[in-house]
Order: sequence, then structure tokens, then C-alpha cells
Amino acid sequence: MENMINLLIDKRPVSVPKGTTVLDAAASIGINIPALCHMDLKGTCVKSSPAACRICVVEIEGRRNLAPSCATMVTEGMVVSTNSARVVRARKTVAELILSDHPNDCLTCPKCNHCELQQLVTRFNIREMPYKGEQSERKKEVTAAITRNMDKCILCRRCESMCNNVQTVGVLGAVKRGFETTIAPTFDRMFSETDCTYCGQCVAVCPTGALTERDNTDRLLEDLNNPDKIVIAQPAPAVRVALGEEFGMKPGTIVTGKLAASLRALGFDYVFDTDFGADLTIMEEGAEILHRLKAFLGGDKSVKLPIMTSCCPAWVNFYEHNYPDLLEYPSSAKSPAQMFGAIAKTYWAQKMGIPREKLVVVSVMPCLAKKYECEREEFKVNGNPDVDYSISTRELARLIKRSNIDWNKLPDEDFDKPLGESSGAAAIFGATGGVMEAALRTVYEVYTGKTLPRIEFTEVRGLDGIKEAEIDLNGFKLKVCVAHTLGNARILMDKLRAGDLPYHVVEVMACPGGCIDGGGQPYHHGNVDIIKARAKAIYAEDSGKPIRKSHENPDIQKLYKEFLGEPLSERSHQLLHTHYFDKSIK
Amino acid sequence: MSEFKLSCEAAREVEEICEKFHNDPGELISILHETQSKLGYLPEPVQRIIAGKLGIAPQKVYGVVTFYSFFTMTPKGRIPISVCLGTACYVRGADKLLEEFKRVLNIDVGETTPDGKFSLDCLRCVGACGLAPVATVGDKVYGRLNPSDIKKIVAEYAD
Repeated sequence: MENMINLLIDKRPVSVPKGTTVLDAAASIGINIPALCHMDLKGTCVKSSPAACRICVVEIEGRRNLAPSCATMVTEGMVVSTNSARVVRARKTVAELILSDHPNDCLTCPKCNHCELQQLVTRFNIREMPYKGEQSERKKEVTAAITRNMDKCILCRRCESMCNNVQTVGVLGAVKRGFETTIAPTFDRMFSETDCTYCGQCVAVCPTGALTERDNTDRLLEDLNNPDKIVIAQPAPAVRVALGEEFGMKPGTIVTGKLAASLRALGFDYVFDTDFGADLTIMEEGAEILHRLKAFLGGDKSVKLPIMTSCCPAWVNFYEHNYPDLLEYPSSAKSPAQMFGAIAKTYWAQKMGIPREKLVVVSVMPCLAKKYECEREEFKVNGNPDVDYSISTRELARLIKRSNIDWNKLPDEDFDKPLGESSGAAAIFGATGGVMEAALRTVYEVYTGKTLPRIEFTEVRGLDGIKEAEIDLNGFKLKVCVAHTLGNARILMDKLRAGDLPYHVVEVMACPGGCIDGGGQPYHHGNVDIIKARAKAIYAEDSGKPIRKSHENPDIQKLYKEFLGEPLSERSHQLLHTHYFDKSIK
Repeated sequence: MSEFKLSCEAAREVEEICEKFHNDPGELISILHETQSKLGYLPEPVQRIIAGKLGIAPQKVYGVVTFYSFFTMTPKGRIPISVCLGTACYVRGADKLLEEFKRVLNIDVGETTPDGKFSLDCLRCVGACGLAPVATVGDKVYGRLNPSDIKKIVAEYAD
């Protein structure tokens, strides 16, 4: 073939398309060159390859210097050695030099056993630290969502790529130069004083312990052991398709039953499900979609369309910071987790006779922005939050291990009723396009009065950055659009600002692939197959459910009958809807 | 955001500089150069205006400003002091002069006294090596200095 390049890597012939890097060419024949700063989630827009760390160097015949394989393209007849004595020596020295300005306190590091630098040190057989250098003193910070300890930063620039190129948030970047270089938020401020959305994608890609989640596990253990508290759990849809990875299970294993059992074993008094909140979100948001559509079709020119989803807390932060002029477009519906909290602390607490201050609602989320969301003032009643706090999928895994629970011996259990009942529509909230598909299932049936001929809307599934579809509602063509990553959201919002976004409904999720690749999920270490496997599992979870439409969830129907009345009722507005704030930095 | 308040004229001036360079992000360094030569320094609000005009994140501007030692975010004092650390001055004890200036003014190199009067910097050679060690205070050059002279020199500029 014309565009194929032939070369030799470690004496083995390989033929790859023009434009392939030496690193990828080697991987194609099973030669796994170690890399550190490089990350490439193929098929998504997530890529960072600054050739900054030089761990991946190789020897190329005829070249005087060693070449970084992540940034060197193959050429015809190239002869590459990935493991010559010179390469192995250089690679080890590079790692040793990184260690010379690293705290090396691995035993107590939150990233221990998940650190990519630590893995390389093991792999390179480094048994002593030959270089003792000056240690850079950099900033430390604990925000509502993210913990920052830049002493552990190795300047790989992955977080910078995520924050700037993928999310276009533009908060994290390199400042100063030489030994003083550090990755810092704008004007070296605290995250809380910048446009940071707490999406947590910097944490998801950080190879070391520089960026980690804010840990709430100790606080949770105290509450679980406090006899005066009733502690209830609500895990998000994306948690059950990823948690198993932390216990050595294959990516994409559905562990819903073990998840419920583990939460019960940890001592939660009631184990409910955020999926219930997701079904409730569809009821409210779906009603809002229909309400705006009917007004629009009735000739009301003031209706704000497209209506945008508002489940994703990082996306909410993003538009509050960057598009304060467009705050009337997003749905006023709270996120599923917050809806759950509001209902648990009113409807359910009243039913059970539990006073609000005794009840602790804990969400288990694939997300770090959820930690911040819990702390929003508008989600509190007299200072008492609807959701007390949130732990990530990773934190739950750590708690299970710490609490002497043998994961493999956990039985499959069910969630408690009534706030544990959910439909397949709720299950798919965890993948990009899922909220849209769930909303369409309900909106279609309520609008047309007909049963859906085909329940799956496959056109809004998958990893394409921006997806669109047209749905026939009794002759009316409903145009919808789905975006994931905040960079893609920005493309849509800039169009909206210019008056050129011809859709009726838009879904946005901040993380690549949706919540399944959230900042609180088990680390993917650059392997996109893990994210694809989780998405597949999400849709399998949906098709395995007896009820697959939110409005058919019997406990949701009961909640409306007993307590809320109708979607968008006065009580619904009071408990399940919110408003947004101008948070732009002047 | 910042305690520093930018006057409307200064803000307009910064915008004009950006426009002169067609708001081109590739001209960031030239824009920063010209802005600093006009305003004397590059405080946060100025960097935010430039970022806004160029359509880039303020972090990018801040990254460039902190990368190049030429750019400064602290205003110079009304009376800038520079101590020559060129070879001739250095071998005749300029480092001790610098230490004494730091002690007397109670600021570090690159800083300005809280009253905005003095700022302290180093430079390399003012072409008066015969008078080494040399320091400049405002427009005036002082030669053959001893650390014991410093207090007296600073006192000359009392209000």
C-alpha cells in the first residue's frame, strides 16, 4: 500500500500508516514502550503529547540523539531500538532525575498503587535514589472537590491539556520557568477564585498524587458509627459499571448487586439509588421540555430554546462562569442526586418520622464536581444540605477494603424501597447521550400519546463529540443535540450566543464519554477501551431492566400521587428546581 | 478581583495596543512589551484585558508574564534603585551593597516599598566601571560605594 511505512523495531519488521508515531507502531506489534507524560484516548479528543518527560526515548539508527517515541513519526526504512543498553540507561536516569525532585513519600501518598511514576520505578528496577537535589516547594490546597499538592507534580502537562484543550476552561497551566516552574491556576490563586468547574478531569489524568479528590471517607466512617445518625446512600448510575475494576474485575462488569450489598455491609441504614432521582429528573425536565415546546409551537416568541440539560454540576459551573447572559436556557431541574436528597429529607423523612438533622444523605458519585454541588447554599435548608456530602467511586472502593469486606464474597442484593426503584432510562444517565435518550422515551410518549415503536435512540449514543438527531413527534420534527466535554459545550454555547443553535433540546456532559469517565472513577491510565466497556455495560444494564421508561417507575408514580402532585407543581418547583447565578470573574 | 484599580484611560490604552496588533494571540509578547513600556508593569487587570481582547485564557497571559524575567507584575517605585552586579562592581563588593539596600529598604530584589517610593533591582553594567561598585538611584549614579554609605543615600531622598 502506498501510504504504509515499513520499518524495523527491535529487529522486527512492522508496517504502519504514514503519520504513526514510533510509540504506536511499536504498540501495534506488542512492544510496550514506557511513557509518562503521553496520554491518548484514541477516538476521543483527549490527547496530551508534549514530549516533556523523555521516558519514552528510543534509539534510531543514524540519529545522534535518542528520540521521544511519542512525538517521532515513523519513516521508511527506520531502524529503531527500544531496549538497547543506551536506551535502558537513559530511561532509568530520566526517572531518577524526576525522583530527585519528588517527595517520594509513597507509603502515605493518596495515589499509592495507582501512581504511574511509582509503576515505572518498579518497572525500571530502581532500587536507590542516586540524585539528591533541591526540592521545589509548591502550593497545596484542599477545595470542596479537588486536593492539590504540587510538590508531587512532575510537569507532565496532562492536566494542562485537559483544562485548556479538551475542556477549554483555561485555569491550569505552567507558570514561571526553570526549576521554579509549577502548574498553577490563573494568577496563582486558589481554584475557588478561578473559573474552575471542578470537572475533575485534571485529577482523572494526573499520573501522580499531585491532583487527587478531596477525601470524605473519614467523615463518612464517623457518621456510620454515630448511633444518633441515620445514614442513607445513593450511588450514581456510572458507579456500578466501574467499581468492580477496583477489585480486579474486567472493565465493564456490572456490579449493581454487590454495590448495594457493600453499602449495606459498610453500615448504611438504608441503601437507595440515585437512579430513582434520575427518573424523577426525567419527569420534571421532560415536563419542562414539553412546556417550552408547547409555548413555542403556540407562537410564543419569548420561549428560550434549546432547553439544555442541567444534571452535570461541572457543566452548570461552566455556564455560570462563562455564559451568564444565557442562564435562562438550561432546564431549572436539579441534578438527580440533589432531587434525591430533597425528596429523602422531606417526603421520605416525614414518612419515616426522622428529623432532618438526624438524617445524613451520602451520594456515591463518579464525579468530583458533585462534592462542590453539595456545598451550594441554594441546596441547603437552614444550613442543612439536601445531600450532606459525596464520595467518589474510588473512595468507596477504599472504604470497602478498609472495612474488611471481602468483595468477592459479597452477595448480590437489591436497593431498598421506595427510593431504590428505577428504570432503564435512569441507568443510561451515566453515558453521554443517556439523559437525552431517557428524556426522549418519556417526552415522545407523553407528547404523542403513543407507545414508542423502538425504545433505543442509538443515534445519540457513542463517543462522537457532538451528536445530533431528529425525532418525529406526530409530524413535528424535534431536533436534538448531545455534546460531551466542555470544549464541545463551548462550541454550542458560542453558537447559541450568536443566535445560531437550531435545536430544541441539548444535552451536555462535562466529562469525555459522560459520567462513566468522571473525575471520581477508577483511573483509566489512558486506556480508552475501559471507557468503551463501561458504556457498553451501561446499555446492558438498561436492556436488562423490566421497566425502561422513567414515567413507568411505580414508586415515582406513587411519589407524585402522595406528595408532589404533578410535574412542575408548586411543590415540585420548590423542591426539585433551582436557579443559576452569574459567576463570571469581573 | 484585585486591589489595583485600573483607570479608564489606562484600560483604553491597553485595548488600543491589542487592536494595533489586530488582537492576534501570536503577538502576545509584543503586546506585553508595549503595554509594560506604557504602564511600567503588568498588573492582573491589565492581563485580563489583554486575554479578553485576544480571546485566550488569562492563565496563558499569566504563564508568559511569569516565564520572562523582563515582565513584571509589581509597579516600580517612584525612585527606582539599581545595583550593578557586573564583573567589575561584583569583585569590588556589589553583593554587599545589594544586601545593605535590601536591609535598609526592607524589601527583596524586584520588590517595591509599601509606600511606592523605592524599588530595588539589579543590572549588569552602567558603563561606569572605573567607579565600581556602582548603584543608580533615580537618574543619579553613585560610585565607589561602601555598604556604610547606603543609609545616608536613602536618607537623601526623604520627603
